[in-house]
Amino acid sequence: MDFDLTDEQRLLKDSVDRLIADAYGDFEKRKRHQSGPGGYSHELWSNFAELGLLALPFPEEEGGIGGGPVETMLVMEAIGRGLVVEPYLDTVVLGGGFLRCGGTAAMRAELMPQIADGTLTLALAQLEPHSRYCLNDVVTTARREGDAFVLNGRKVAVLHGDSAGRLVVSTRTAGARADRHGITLFLLDAAAPGVTRRGMPTQDGLRAADIQLEEVRVPAADILGEVDHGLALLEQVVDIALAALCAEAVGVMEDLQRSTVDYLKTRQQFGVPIGSFQALQHRAADMLVAVEQARSMALYAAMMAEEPDPALRRPALSAAKVQINQSARKVGQEAVQLQGGIAMTFEYKAGHAFKRLAMIEKTFGDTDHHLNAVSEADSLVEAE
Amino acid sequence: MDLRFTPEEIAFRDELRRFFRSEIPAEIRRKVAEGRHLSKEDIVTSQRILHAHGLATPNWPVAWGGKDWSPVQRYIFTEELQRAAVPLPLQFNVFMVGPVIAAFGSEEQKRRFLPATASLDIWWCQGFSEPGAGSDLASLKTRAEKRDGKYVVSGQKAWTTLGQHADWIFCLVRTDREAKKQRGISFLLIDMKSPGITVRPVLTIDGSHEVNEVFFDEVEVPAENLVGEENKGWDYAKFLLANERTGIARIGMSKQRIARAKRLARDTEANGRSLWADPDLRRRVAAIEVELKALEITQMRVVAAQRQRDADKPDPASSILKIKGSELQQATTELLLDIAGPYAQPAPEHEEGRNEPDGDGLDAIAPLYFNARKVSIYGGSNEIQRNIIAKAFLGL
Repeated sequence: MDFDLTDEQRLLKDSVDRLIADAYGDFEKRKRHQSGPGGYSHELWSNFAELGLLALPFPEEEGGIGGGPVETMLVMEAIGRGLVVEPYLDTVVLGGGFLRCGGTAAMRAELMPQIADGTLTLALAQLEPHSRYCLNDVVTTARREGDAFVLNGRKVAVLHGDSAGRLVVSTRTAGARADRHGITLFLLDAAAPGVTRRGMPTQDGLRAADIQLEEVRVPAADILGEVDHGLALLEQVVDIALAALCAEAVGVMEDLQRSTVDYLKTRQQFGVPIGSFQALQHRAADMLVAVEQARSMALYAAMMAEEPDPALRRPALSAAKVQINQSARKVGQEAVQLQGGIAMTFEYKAGHAFKRLAMIEKTFGDTDHHLNAVSEADSLVEAE
Repeated sequence: MDLRFTPEEIAFRDELRRFFRSEIPAEIRRKVAEGRHLSKEDIVTSQRILHAHGLATPNWPVAWGGKDWSPVQRYIFTEELQRAAVPLPLQFNVFMVGPVIAAFGSEEQKRRFLPATASLDIWWCQGFSEPGAGSDLASLKTRAEKRDGKYVVSGQKAWTTLGQHADWIFCLVRTDREAKKQRGISFLLIDMKSPGITVRPVLTIDGSHEVNEVFFDEVEVPAENLVGEENKGWDYAKFLLANERTGIARIGMSKQRIARAKRLARDTEANGRSLWADPDLRRRVAAIEVELKALEITQMRVVAAQRQRDADKPDPASSILKIKGSELQQATTELLLDIAGPYAQPAPEHEEGRNEPDGDGLDAIAPLYFNARKVSIYGGSNEIQRNIIAKAFLGL
């Protein structure tokens, strides 16, 4: 057991923290980044590429950095602290995860360099109007025609789906609506004929798209993983993304905890700093407890994210998400309450952090969903 | 970074698992598992078995019978001890006065007290709280006046746990009434057989005799029983209390109770099926397990951080462990009570608060729930812990 970072990890953390502090330290800058094409800063994205962050999870022999979940965690924490709007989770963690875990040699050779140098972004088109948190509830179809497949269906709230160059799409190639078997993943060109994208902002200042697929022809060579057996790959990569999201949430919470304590020390009422009131001190202390519990589970998530046995991995990631969600709700709400009216205003960072936490809660499974998963697995504490 | 145990640590854990289950009498472990009060003999028997194998005082300096264990090994030891429902070594001896004497006592005191403290030939109790000094411990009034090379002690101590069994008491006493309140306190070791000491039992809401009041009426204490320097007792007390808090999360104990709750729920019928088939109950258990898992990792982080700190200096993060650990201990006893349901009601005839065991131990569940309300009060109440976090961590 060892919680220490290696020298390389420490260097990575320092350089990422510096980059994010420069680009996002002044909260006004976030608005400028959001006004870029696709809702993010392409200049900053190039900086990410220069630092090697966009090649982070790819193997060294394929030109990557060979980073694992701990490296991703360090980057995502910094992304959380800055409320970064660039599509790192979608492109590098999710998109890169699919390539790394399920991409063909040809795909990897073609696309990994394009992701690494910042020219290609990706998005996961998985959510459907009725699927909620069930990854295997898929009605988008893919029917075989010769050596290609033809896709039809609708995907919603595809994060950064309006600007992505390629889309990972879950489809049904066999079985009934919620069967675990019969799901196939495609990596399709977002500009392919029959793809209609309607972009929109999300509640927390990112971008998303509603995507209609109408008779979209995709060559069989663009299948990720195996036909009809795509669910295990989808679950594997979503678990990697869950660990990353947990780390991002910890970064957001850490920043909210810091700004709240700063506010308590500086805001004067009744002639004293309001942090001298015990009622507020205790709430700030409880926020810290919630952040530390979340941090512990983000570490647990990072440790379990690459576990090959889904029977061990999935409940662990669910447990982590339950804790993250519960801490996120408490810390977000308390930060707004303790910072008071100012935190209700649009120009102040805390309210945006609160909103990001609320949306993270709803990404890849809310508290009820994951609590069910933990209780069904029943594996955290063995019975007598 | 790697949160997994090494193969050596796993072997260490497995050996302890085997040892605890094969060497500590099953009847004693059963009482612990059911949350029953232990007799003096139970506690002495268990600690002497540990002591015979060099395992009673692993947290002490090696020269005085401690183990040169890594923080991880110490963590595994405590965890497995609790998971196996082995009685904790007597807290007052092993985690409180022992480390204080080892760190601040004279060589003479170490030789005189440490071996007998480890083997439980001396049973210690703690004389800190007073009727008027609870959370505000430094306002204590029991005074010790130096007369003819002796201290003469008068006053009253409260909440003296298991003082009815004690041979000695370690006390905070006021030796300087003029000084600022923390400054005038000294740490004295007092023989419970000294003339002028009266112990009066206080029954707690679960009907047990766990705590006492101890009265001191002109009790003479030899000057050599002062630990460290006069008027420095507050520093030693802070050292002791912070030590107490690092072990206070009781994660292994909460796991053991969750495991028991699951078994009871499986064996309990409700609406014609097993209570464990109720998804609401299972989600509630899952929620407790998640928080406990998080706390376990928080505890490991504190343990790992100890390697970077002065070994004698506990981590201030212990306040987080105290708050969450006590909340989860209480949550597990509530869970047991709710699973026992109406069958928790009967309280068989008892003597000194010790119920007769029945098959499932249901009779002991309500007392356990009642008794567990203390854990968010003792060791520095959870509100005091929040004060500590606000001041020491957050700078408020």
